[in-house]
Amino acid sequence: MTTAIYSAEITPEIVAQHGLKPEEYLRCCTIMGRAPNLTELGVFSVMWSEHCSYKSSKVHLKTLPTTGPKVICGPGENAGVIDIGDGQAAIFKIESHNHPSFIEPYQGAATGVGGILRDVFTMGARPIANLNALRFGSPDHPKTRHLVAGVVAGIGGYGNCVGVPTVGGETNFHPSYNGNILVNAMTVGLADADKIFYSAAAGPGNPVIYVGAKTGRDGIHGATMASAEFDDESEAKRPTVQVGDPFTEKLLIEACLELMAGDSIVAIQDMGAAGLTSSSVEMAGKGGLGLELDLDRVPVRETGMTPYEIMLSESQERMLMILKPGREADAQRIFQKWELDFAVIGRVTETGKLVLKMDGKTVAELPVEPLVSQAPQYQRPWEPTPAQPEITAASVAPPAGLSDALKQLLASPDIASKRWIWEQYDATVMGDTIQRSGGDAALVRVHGTTKGLALVTDCTPRYCFADPVRGGAQAVVETWRNITATGAMPLAITDNMNFGNPERPRIMGQFVGCIQGIREACIALDYPVVSGNVSLYNETNGQGILPTPVIGGVGLIDDVDKAVGIAPKFEGDSLILIGETRGHLGATLYLREISGREDGAPPEIDLAAERRNGDFVRDRILGGAVSACHDLSDGGLLIGIVEMAMAGGIGIAIEALPGEVPVHAAYFGEDQARYLVATNDADALLAAAKAASVPAMRLGRIAGAILTGPGLDAISVMELRRIHTGWLPAYMAAEPA
Amino acid sequence: MKIAVIVFPGSNCDRDMAVAVEAISGHKPIMIWHRETELPKLDLAILPGGFSYGDYLRSGAMAAHSPVMREIKARADQGLPVLGICNGFQILTEAGMLPGVLMRNRGLKFIHRPVTTRVENHQSVFTRGYQAGQVVTIPIAHADGNYFAAADVLDRIEGEGRVAFRYCDDTGAVTDESNPNGSARNIAGILNETKTVLGYMPHPERVIEPLLGGSDGRALFESLIGALS
Repeated sequence: MTTAIYSAEITPEIVAQHGLKPEEYLRCCTIMGRAPNLTELGVFSVMWSEHCSYKSSKVHLKTLPTTGPKVICGPGENAGVIDIGDGQAAIFKIESHNHPSFIEPYQGAATGVGGILRDVFTMGARPIANLNALRFGSPDHPKTRHLVAGVVAGIGGYGNCVGVPTVGGETNFHPSYNGNILVNAMTVGLADADKIFYSAAAGPGNPVIYVGAKTGRDGIHGATMASAEFDDESEAKRPTVQVGDPFTEKLLIEACLELMAGDSIVAIQDMGAAGLTSSSVEMAGKGGLGLELDLDRVPVRETGMTPYEIMLSESQERMLMILKPGREADAQRIFQKWELDFAVIGRVTETGKLVLKMDGKTVAELPVEPLVSQAPQYQRPWEPTPAQPEITAASVAPPAGLSDALKQLLASPDIASKRWIWEQYDATVMGDTIQRSGGDAALVRVHGTTKGLALVTDCTPRYCFADPVRGGAQAVVETWRNITATGAMPLAITDNMNFGNPERPRIMGQFVGCIQGIREACIALDYPVVSGNVSLYNETNGQGILPTPVIGGVGLIDDVDKAVGIAPKFEGDSLILIGETRGHLGATLYLREISGREDGAPPEIDLAAERRNGDFVRDRILGGAVSACHDLSDGGLLIGIVEMAMAGGIGIAIEALPGEVPVHAAYFGEDQARYLVATNDADALLAAAKAASVPAMRLGRIAGAILTGPGLDAISVMELRRIHTGWLPAYMAAEPA
Repeated sequence: MKIAVIVFPGSNCDRDMAVAVEAISGHKPIMIWHRETELPKLDLAILPGGFSYGDYLRSGAMAAHSPVMREIKARADQGLPVLGICNGFQILTEAGMLPGVLMRNRGLKFIHRPVTTRVENHQSVFTRGYQAGQVVTIPIAHADGNYFAAADVLDRIEGEGRVAFRYCDDTGAVTDESNPNGSARNIAGILNETKTVLGYMPHPERVIEPLLGGSDGRALFESLIGALS
């Protein structure tokens, strides 16, 4: 077919409203051999949306390392699966819910949590931890307060109710997110390695089962919305945001896990973005089979729903399953116990077609294989990001007072305590949370064992903006360090690629650069990507966000009793700095908050040094030589020291600083591959470091209740805590300007 | 010893409770689904925390009408000890087994943090393992923990020694700053007239080993096991 076929029903305007380009619509017509009807067009529209098809990103994502000795299942399924020994697996993924959260923060964030939970328990895992990476606009922006309050309440409202602890995350503020906040939710689950459930349909004739909540008219075209830029009219899209029901989700988790304990399930897939459409197409596509669905049997919340609405609804808390023949009654009993809808809505066929019926008539008939395999893929033009000049420490003026600069940084939005946020999350339900947000990685015990999973999310968007390659690598290495700092071995990551409009070569260049950095870091650290999500078009009125490739890392420690936190425990211990300090000030928080500049290249990433220093630190922790450990990142050495002092409620006397670096650069430079460790045997640790060619020096001593250091006025730890915890509650309590 | 943990749709601390009970008593509790209308012979029934029925109505209001609650009430009237933690406390007030109500926290937000409560009555089957006036650190995790009852009701339960725990600071002083949710007279836990039913907002089942942030919750379970065996 060389020309697209339009009709009274399918006009060029209707096609455009579905987010399909004319040439993409032509491809639909070619696949169909005719013009699609409206329902079929809707199916193409969501399956070929950026959100579902990864059409701009796929060629680049393919370059990431996704395999390794610990990887059981890499990207492509609902979530990634890694081996954590003893026949157990950790299943995890991060996913964005950015656009809905900006329009309706409570429900947008809540359903983001619900969606990622389903991705994980669909595979047979009991969810054991949630994390959230949040990015908001400038605190001065009139909407920011409302968005923070709504998103945090939504995350808590959902996660607390389902009873999965929210153990970690991060929150940043920057004006580039004024019109596009980022809400990235990560769930980690636990399963037996031989009881993982996948989504590929099998067994022609097998029944297709719908379970969970009823289908309503909510969220229609959510996936398409997530694939377009915002403008001033975006508020009008509020009806496309779904409404979450965490109670139903909790029942669905229990019912699914109860059914999964047996052997009735052939395949299972949650209905996430694009609902019944994507779940049915993906199951059929992966199995190389067809599905025939009777839409009259789909449990609906309201009358008069059209096939188009049923297929495109993004109502939450729903699952699609294929059962072994004859198991329907057993399965139904379980779902009835949990008071959930259960309906046999169709069967697997050998036709390779998705056939939809309603009122006895065929209302859509689509060939699945080309719908999946011929989805558009673009090699979008991209421009490399121009290199920023390296800023030397000597060229950045010292602050008027080092102590004042410290206080200012401690109370700055990105460093200030996020206690106001995390106190709204239940972090200890399930009874295995050893360490939560506030340190480096969270640490959650594997129930009934001595093993622990170290979990973290990280990204430094200002680095990614200044140099996407370094920034992408830095996001990976920071998660690796955070996990290492607990004593755990980092195993694998999930990535959430949040960027602006990929049709702009400059934005696409940021994406390509970040992917390169992530790839290089993952390869160097044997730290593969096992799942992920791409969120593009994070732009409003042409203003894109800072490139924000959020990395979620998972690590394992065999004996949680050997893990350490950031809080020093013992008076008289020495504080040792591991890693090299060059006083890098480009693109640092110091530069932004104290000097009022956002320029300069971010710190260099020396992947060999990261690995060497990190492996050294982990060995010392596991050997019992270290009583507390903290990696250095935002704000540099002095912020790291202060964070340790505040966590332990104990003073630190800084007696020496790295030489040959101006004092302000030593304190606030953000050189990478560095850790602070507390030990009662400094000489032994320094000797071991020397033997391992790891730069190390003794900084000072843990004692008393006061922070002292070269050039600093003595300040009590209590006062530091007051400054650190004061900003966010005061900001949230204040009236908008 | 037979201990039951009652499971409502939306309970989410039922497993934690069972783990804690087993760890401390050595007895695996039986899990009883809320639709049951008959109970086996029991020494203790526990209503765990969570969000029964999503707490979409008032917290605990739906669960209070679950079939199993009729039997729980009848057994409690015959002297069966019943422990309600967090949502379990809310269910006990909604079921009329304890006086008063638990309203939305005064700050209107869900709060999760370790809090200190003072042991006010150390002679009940639930609290005899604690010292009088002992300050224990146990986390709360709730949005509706703001205890309220009419002044005369409060006076009566105070007079009868039925306030089991009060929110306090770490020195044991009962202050407004140490009241996390606005509860009347800083009340965190109360007993029924026979002191055989306890409702308590903090989660003792989460602090039974130092690795998880403390072990101040153990004595509550140890009290019960000591009293019942």
